[in-house]
This record gives sequence, C-alpha cells and structure tokens, in this order.
Amino acid sequence: MVASRAIGSLSRFTAFRIHRSRGYICRNFTGSSALLTRTHVNYGVKGDVAVVRINSPNSKVNTLSNKLHSEFVEVMNEIWPSDQIRSVVLISSKPGNFIAGADINMLASCKTLQELIQVSQDAQKTFEKLEKSPKPVVAAISGSCLGGGLELAISCQYRIATKDRKTVLGTPEVLLGILPGAGGTQRLPKMVGMPAALDMMLTGRSIRADRAKKMGLIDQLVEPLGPGLKPPEERTIEYLEEVAVTFAKGLADKKISTKRDKGLMEKLTAFALTIPFVRQQIYKKVEEKVRKQTKSLYPAPLKIIDVVRTGIEQGIDAGYRSESQMFGELAMTKESQALMGLYHGQVLCKKNKFGAPQKDVKHVAILGAGLMGAGIAQVSVDKGLKTILKDATLAGLGRGQQQVFKGLNDKVKKKALTSFERDSIFSNLTGQLDYQGFEKADMVIEAVFEDLSLKHKVLKEVEAVIPDHCVFASNTSALPIREIAAVSKRPEKVIGMHYFSPVDKMQLLEIITTEKTSKDTTASAVAVGLKQGKLIIVVKDGPGFFTTRCLAPMMSEVIRILQEGVDPKKLDSLTTSLGFPVGAATLVDEVGVDVAKHVAEDLGKAFGERFGGGNLELLQQMVSKGFLGRKSGKGFYVYQEGVKNKNLNSDVDSILASLKVPPKSEVSSDEDVQYRLLTRFVNEAVMCLQEGILATPAEGDIGAVFGLGFPPCLGGPFRFLDLYGAQKIVDRLRRYEAAYGKQFTPCQLLIDHANSPNKKFYQ
Amino acid sequence: MSTILTYTFKSLPSTSKWAFGFSIRPLSCSSQLRAAPAVQTKSKKTLAKPNIRNIVVVDGVRTPFLQSGTSYKDLMPHDLSRAALTGLLHRTNVPKEVVDYIIYGTVIQEVKTSNVAREAALGAGFSDKTPAHTVTMACISANQAMTTGVGLIASGQCDVVVAGGVELMSDIPIRHSRKMRKMMLDLNKAKTLGQRLTVISKFRLNFLSPELPAVAEFSTSETMGHSADRLAAAFAVSRLEQDEYALRSHSLAKKAQDEGLLSDVVPFQVPGKDTVTKDNGIRPSSLEQMAKLKPAFIKPYGTVTAANSSFLTDGASAMLIMAEEKALAMGYKPKAYLRDFVYVSQDPKDQLLLGPTYATPKVLEKAGLTMNDIDAFEFHEAFSGQILANFKAMDSDWFAQNYMGRKTKVGMPPLEKFNNWGGSLSLGHPFGATGCRLVMAAANRLRKEGGQYGLVAACAAGGQGHAMIVEAYPK
Repeated sequence: MVASRAIGSLSRFTAFRIHRSRGYICRNFTGSSALLTRTHVNYGVKGDVAVVRINSPNSKVNTLSNKLHSEFVEVMNEIWPSDQIRSVVLISSKPGNFIAGADINMLASCKTLQELIQVSQDAQKTFEKLEKSPKPVVAAISGSCLGGGLELAISCQYRIATKDRKTVLGTPEVLLGILPGAGGTQRLPKMVGMPAALDMMLTGRSIRADRAKKMGLIDQLVEPLGPGLKPPEERTIEYLEEVAVTFAKGLADKKISTKRDKGLMEKLTAFALTIPFVRQQIYKKVEEKVRKQTKSLYPAPLKIIDVVRTGIEQGIDAGYRSESQMFGELAMTKESQALMGLYHGQVLCKKNKFGAPQKDVKHVAILGAGLMGAGIAQVSVDKGLKTILKDATLAGLGRGQQQVFKGLNDKVKKKALTSFERDSIFSNLTGQLDYQGFEKADMVIEAVFEDLSLKHKVLKEVEAVIPDHCVFASNTSALPIREIAAVSKRPEKVIGMHYFSPVDKMQLLEIITTEKTSKDTTASAVAVGLKQGKLIIVVKDGPGFFTTRCLAPMMSEVIRILQEGVDPKKLDSLTTSLGFPVGAATLVDEVGVDVAKHVAEDLGKAFGERFGGGNLELLQQMVSKGFLGRKSGKGFYVYQEGVKNKNLNSDVDSILASLKVPPKSEVSSDEDVQYRLLTRFVNEAVMCLQEGILATPAEGDIGAVFGLGFPPCLGGPFRFLDLYGAQKIVDRLRRYEAAYGKQFTPCQLLIDHANSPNKKFYQ
Repeated sequence: MSTILTYTFKSLPSTSKWAFGFSIRPLSCSSQLRAAPAVQTKSKKTLAKPNIRNIVVVDGVRTPFLQSGTSYKDLMPHDLSRAALTGLLHRTNVPKEVVDYIIYGTVIQEVKTSNVAREAALGAGFSDKTPAHTVTMACISANQAMTTGVGLIASGQCDVVVAGGVELMSDIPIRHSRKMRKMMLDLNKAKTLGQRLTVISKFRLNFLSPELPAVAEFSTSETMGHSADRLAAAFAVSRLEQDEYALRSHSLAKKAQDEGLLSDVVPFQVPGKDTVTKDNGIRPSSLEQMAKLKPAFIKPYGTVTAANSSFLTDGASAMLIMAEEKALAMGYKPKAYLRDFVYVSQDPKDQLLLGPTYATPKVLEKAGLTMNDIDAFEFHEAFSGQILANFKAMDSDWFAQNYMGRKTKVGMPPLEKFNNWGGSLSLGHPFGATGCRLVMAAANRLRKEGGQYGLVAACAAGGQGHAMIVEAYPK
C-alpha cells in the first residue's frame, strides 16, 4: 500500500520533470539562432518521444508548401540520429486542421513539366524515407487531413484521429484535375485495398474519422473533449497528443502492433485481389464507369487508375515514376487549370467583401412555403437561424414543413445528424399563416409566386409589420428588383436573393442589388447566405440578373435546334458531352416549361432580337397542352414514378413538326450545335461583365458553374476564354452570325480580348 | 408480511443500540466543539427565515445497498421500498395516520408498479388514505422526492411527508422490439382468423431481438461512463488520481462500516434468504490491483475502470420530513433542518456530470454562506473521475468565468470534510435512492463530528444537478 503510493507519487514526479524538461528544450529552441528560422515545423521532446508540431504561420490551415516540406525534412534529420528519441508523434498545432493539402500556389508557380515532376519526386522521397523510419512515427490527426496531408499521414507507422465532424480524411486531388503525387497512389491501395483506394481517389470524397477507422485508414480514434481548464479545441489537441505519445511509446517498446485485425470480408477481398484476372476485371470495370461518368472530359481519373495499376502490376518503382510523371502532366492540363481556377473562385465567393453587417441577422421570416421557400427555411434552421415559415394556406404550409423535416431526416439517415440534433434544429422553425412575430424579424425573404403584383402586395403587407432595420429580400429568378422595390417605403432595404432549386443541394446564391440598395443591406444578405453555406455572387439589377440572363439566349438556341429537327435525346447527349451535368432539353423540363416560357418572354421583351432565335410558340403550345415538365409528369419527356429510363413525350413531336425550320447545313454539325449553345452563353456572360452586371469574372465563373451547370472542366465562361483563346470563340460567333444574324454578334469586350491575346480576364 | 416485520424487529436492536451509542457520544462532546473558533466564524447563525416554516428531518433509513444480482435479485422494486418504509416506521414510531403524503424517486421503472410509491406504501401498511406519487430525475430522483416534500410542507399543504427512493438494477425492463410490439398489438386488434394470419405472416426473426435500457443519454446516445472518461480527460485527471480517490472512498466506507457509523442502514430480512445487514460493495483493494484493470468505456487508453466507478446497485431509502412545530409537538428530536436547495442543468454532452460545480456556488449564494461555513460535504460519487473533474472545475477561475458566468471560482471542498464515511463509489448507488443517503450522511456526520452546515450535491443524467444545505438541529 505504502509502496504503491510511493510509486504513484514517483510517477507523478517524472511527469512533472518531463514537463519541465520540455519547457527547457523549447527555450533552447528560441535561443538558437539557426532554429529561429524554422517557422512551419518544430519539435519538442517528451521523455523519449519527439513531438513534431506543424504550424504554418499567418494561416488558418497548414498546407504542404516547399517551406513546410524542407523544414520537416530538417526536423526529421535531427530526430533520426538522436539517441534520446525512440519514437515520434506528428501533430498540427491548429485545432480543426492537420494538413489541408498541398499548397496550390506552389503548384501554380511551377512553369514547366520538369518542375512539377520534381515537386512530386521530392515529396515521394521524403515520404518513402518516413515510411521506412527506424523510429515509429505516429500521426495525430485532428481536423482536415486531405491530399498531401493524408499522403503524409499514411506514410507514418500509426495514425490516431479525433472522432469529430471536423476530422475528415480524403484525396481531393481529382477535383483539381490532378492526382495524389506524393506516393498516395501507391500507398493507399496497400492500406485500404485497391477498390476502396480507387473510390477515394476517383471521387475525392472526404471520409469521417469513424468511417476511416473501419476502413483501416487510421488505427485509433480519440474522443473529442468538452471544456475543462482550457477551451475544448485546445484541450482536445493536447489530449490527442498525450494519447499519441503513449501509443508512440508502446510502438517503440513493441507493446502495440501496427497490424490490424481484418474482417472476413476484407480477408476475402484481399485474397481475390491477389488473382491477376480479378484485378484486370476491376480496372476494366472502373475505367468503363469513369469514362461514362466523365464523358472523357476529365483526364485525371483515368490517369489515376493507370498509375495505381502500374504500381500494383509493375512494382513500386515504376509506380512512383508513373505517379510523378502523370502528376506533372495533369497539372499542366487546361482542365486542371480550370478546376483550380474554380477552387480559387469558391474561396473568393465564401467571403463577405461588404464587411460585417451592423446588425447580426438572427431571426428570419420566409414568405411562401413552396419548394423554394421551404428549401430556404431548411438551410436557415440548419445553421441556427430562428426561422418563421409563413404561407397563405394550411395545406401549403404543412407541405413546406414536411419538406424541411424530410430534408433534415435524410441527413439523419446518412448519419450526418443524430435524431436529437434534427429535433433541436427543427425547433428553430415556426410555421404560421399570419404575421405574428414579424416585429422581431431581421430579414424577410419572400418566395411567393413569380408575379409582380403579388410581390408588391406582400411587400406592402410585410413593411407594415417589420421593424425598421429589417431587410426585405426577394427570391426571384427574373423579375427586376427595382420594380419590386418600386412600392417600398424603404428601397434601401430591398434586395434580391436568387436561390437555386433544390436549395439544400445547389451551392449558389445570386444576390442582386439595385442602385438604391444600401451597402449594409448587401452585407446582411451576404452574411445570411454565407451562414446558409452558400457560394455567393453579388450582381447588379437588370433583366435576368446574371444567371438567368446567360441561360436565356442559350435556351432560345435550344428551341431553334429542336425546331431544326434535332431530337431532345440527341440534344441532351450533345450538351452533356460538352460537360453540362444536365442535358438542355431535360433542363427545360426540370425548370418547368411554363417558367422557361415566362422568362423567355420577359427577357425577350427586354433585350429584343439578341435573345431571339427559337420560336417561343413551341413553349406556348406545350404549356397550353399541360406539358409543364417534370412537375406535371410530361414535358419533352414523360416522367413516371419509379421508372428510371425516361421516354420522349411523343405528343411534342407534332408541335415540333408544325414549327419545323430547315437546318442550315454549314452550321449544323454536332460540334457546331454544341458551340452555338456554348458561344451564346459565353457571349452573354461577357456582356454582363461589360455592362457592369458582374463585378468580377470570378463571380461570373462561379455563378455559371454552380448555378447553371456550366462545364466545370472549362472553368466557367471567362476561364474558358482565357484558356482556349477569345479569338477562336469570336471566329465561331462570326460564322454563326453569318448564318443567323445578330444573336451571335460578339460583344465589344469579347472582341477586345480577341484583338489583344495578352488581355486576360484572370491576370 | 407480518413475519417480515417481526424479523426486522428482532434483528434491529443490536444495530440500533450501536447507532444509539454513537449518537450519544457526539452529543456529549458537541458543546466543546460549538465553542471552537471555527464555528463562531459562520457567516450566518442559522438559515431560518422569517415567515417561512422550518422543515426538519426527523430521521431517515435505508436498506443495505447491495451490488445488483446479489441477495435482492428476486425482489421487485416495491419490495425493497417496503423494507425501507417499514424500517422508517420502526425507527421513528410515527403513527401512520399522521403521514400526509408519500413521495418516492426511481429511475428505471418497473412497468407493473409505475407509481412505486403507492404500491410500496400500501404494502408497508401505511394508511390507504395517504396519497403517494413517484418522481424521476435520474440520479437525483430521491433529492427531487425530498424537495417536493419540502415544497408541500413549506406551502402549508402538508405537515408530515415521507420521501424516499428505490432502484432495483437486478431486474430491468427488457422490452420486445418495437416491430414485435407493434405486431402483438395488431394481433390484439385482429378479429378473424384471416386477419390474425395476415398479421402473423409479417413476423420476421429479427423482431425477437430485445431492446435493453442503457445507462446512456437519449440526446447524445453516449453512455455515462464514456462521458465521464471524456470529462476526466478534459480536466486532465489521471488514472492514478482516480484510483487513489476510489481507494479513499472504499477505505473510508470500510472504516465507517466497521465503526458502525452508517446508522441509517436498517437490516432487511429478504424473504426466503438471510437477513442482510450491511452494504456489500465496499471492497478496499490496492492501487496495484486497481491499476491492472482495463478501461471500461474508452478502450484501450481511457482512465475510467470498473474499480473507479460506482457499481450497479439495488437499494431503497426513506426519510421522515416534518414541519418543525409538528415534529416538536409530536415529541420528536429532529436530526437536521432541510434548508436552501437548487437544481441546475447544463450541456448534456460535454458537461453531463458537472452538476455539483454549477449547483454548489448557487446554493451557497442563496443561503448566504461560503465554502468555509460548510462542515460536512456529501457529494454523490458517480465516478472518481467525475468527482475530481468537479473539484478542478470548482477550483478554476477560468471555468467559472467562461462557462458559469461567475466572476470567480467557488473553490474546492477541503478533502478532510468530504464524504468522510464513503460515498457512492464504495457504498453503492441505487439511482433513485442515493439522494436520501446523502442527506442522512450529512445530518449524521454533523451530529457525530460536530458542525452546523452540511452541503449535499449530486450530478444526474441529462446534464442536471442538485445541491442542498442541511443544517444540524441544535441540541
């Protein structure tokens, strides 16, 4: 008893000493001039465990940059020969982030293929050395561990991760049009099996810690902690480090094995993969699937399969060689540059450039519980905004509330929420038929039917009950905001917030300001949109704003192409093979034929001939026959519950036949049809920039890709022009102009760019 | 029934003599203690308030607390409650007809006796004219029973209330799966053979998998031990500290048991079995032995083990609470006053077991006392790690400022005044019954050790907590 107490106090004493000695070493660091220059990676020693801390200065996240890389090598080269150190823990000092990936700017600064290959090879070498480390290295992961960060982690001997929602692992390189270039393509298949590795690398999906544990991607989970004597995040990281240190010691003492118990299924799969024939079949299957899904527009996925195959079939050295070579080649592609451009655009559109609003929006009221209204309500309550959902009828309101609940419940089914969290989120929603509680609203978003007089009516009703500071936002896809604001007593508080359907899935929010909208109102709207998790573009008011306006001429061309005898299925396949996620005819059905007609008529009036081309009669006749698209069960296609392959609506044939126009053979090849659609879109986008509807090309690209499905591989209309050359597009436009007239006349800004090839939208 | 009573009666004298003997001695020396300077520095001479009735504990008893699955395993909850109630009747000799109301606390309910207070009272021979109800508030259910009684007396609705609590973890309601229950209910409604067959045809084998009640939060699905382990880690409480604290609890409990200080225990002749006279979960071990245990919840690196957690326990308690004037009129010499109390609640995920930290400063403030005024602390010990985390939280200005909205910390209770006769870790913790044990331990300690104010505090599932000031009844 006494002895045990003595041991107890002794062990506490040693703990104390270690603590002291750590402080001592740290002080040593700061004193040494050579080490003062180390800014990204540092280490301290706890007993016989070196704790390597990663902390990129002046940044919220750690990225694998040249500097971080070289300092890491430096640190490891000090640790390996040290007699005092027997094992290593690798940890980030930033809560919520391990390493978010490679530094994209570092890649962008590489000008030649050789430089890119070198970057990859350097990382490969470092990580290979780490993998063969004579002293066990434990990666202690809290927060995002992505791309290069994951490649670093899987080169370590052991991985421990905190089990929280912020901790995600993944290889998102494919989304930037490249591949994991630091040995990831070689190591990942060994770790989680080839099929799972391909799935990760081809989809770029993020995997939560608990799932990663099941896959064998990490070895141990650490529970996140609540508040103690320090803030939860800080203490959790400290705890993660403590646990990692005990495991590092255990590994050095050979008390812990790095081997993982595999389940029966895993063993069977592993066995099956030893058979070359099975592997060939898998490569083939995956390749087929990739080709089908990417329409061969994206080179990265196929290269990833290639590199993985090379590694497995021809050995690790060939694998590494292939990986670095392909990495370099992919990074040079236009697709990769387009995707990286989109990445930068997304970062930009996640910021509020109008600053913080004077009053934080906490209470939101939404008018109209239709598809849009309920969708807006869902993304609002989700983020803790107290939300009133008001509708005119109990049935409409009930449907809307049901939609919100279902949206949240689907998240429960996917285990993204617990049922308790769902209930607590849902309690932020109040459904009602009257204006009770509107006196507390900081923002009212109306999503009533697209009818100017109705919008005027609700605006007047609402202004009678809301407080002075309350913002009135209108969710409309085409009605000019200044016309809606015309009846307002306080037009500086009126703004447009154009959401895209389905609201909980579509990332874009287009915010429309009139010349009277105050800056603070805009700041409020952007803040709310960001809270709702949206990518935000802010555009000036005008018919169709930016998104609808770009779409309209393209839709007009769609009608003309249909009139020229291209059947909707063929048209769909032409557009999807360009890289649009949804075919043009299907898109009309999804949007609603009546809505398309409405918009086309309005914008046709506003812009005149330039928006002509197709005969609106087609849409008018379809509407009169009740072919409103998916919502009515019939449009260009017939929609039936439970039927996967949709069939053409044969009743539309007669309408098309009656409106048939002869195609012009010189501009009717498949490629020409595609480019007629694309160039009208692009031309209109440039015109929006020229007219000042758009503030920046980046917002235009984000709006086009995330709101309208503009092919991401092209990076958006402006990036597309930069990458492929404005001249080529102008040439095409001129050719189509010759055939059809004004609708294809290139706008001045586009001509300017064509005339001076050095002029770029993105400098 | 009567046989049980007589058995209890027969086996009683020996213990009650003990108890009596011990209660005499503190009486004799208390006058000296009262003169000690520590007592004179009290912030307040008494917590009596003008125009508010003083409420007293006449006495309280409990059955021995047994590890579940031992001698009580064939009983039903109301059997255990009955034993406590008859023990109370015997100890206090209170005429049954003066009892105005009976309140019991329980957590895991036996479906057949959902109002266990009523069933037990009837069985224990209380008047069938005395109403009874059952309350539930996780580990502070008995506290809720007592304070409900306090409320009834303070508001003048009652003069005499019996409050208690019971938990029988040896038998818990394991249910059929929801699907099976639905099928059985549908079957009930089916009228014709055809309808019955249609219902039965829907049966699948997985309907038979049962539903077990878990000691887990409904809101977070986290088991309490898991949460305790995280809490200990959040406050950097080491495994060794936890084991040491658990050892202290067991050692003190053993000492108290050996010295006969646990006078609230009444022997219970379990029908068909031997008479149970003492708690059976007290097992002082050694730190070496305890160090060998593997973590029970967070594996393999957690710090909460079976040895430093409270164990599943069967037991019941009961207490006689009266308005002071009524007690005096009936010729009783009460043991203690029940004074100010508070209930608190906080985040059920990360602060599940921090109830005492939140409740302590609040109840002290309410009573106008400071930590220095308290002579006996009786805190519910759910886990060693939980107690030590609470200590650290109470001792942290940072925590007080950032999470409790207070300017300064309340301070840590001095260990020499803390749970000196053992606690839930060693004596056991029948969820619904522990509250009364805490109050009686505080009252008895004040009488034995001398002192005026005791502080009872407990945490409970749902992220709730409770604290109450117990004032010794002047001699």
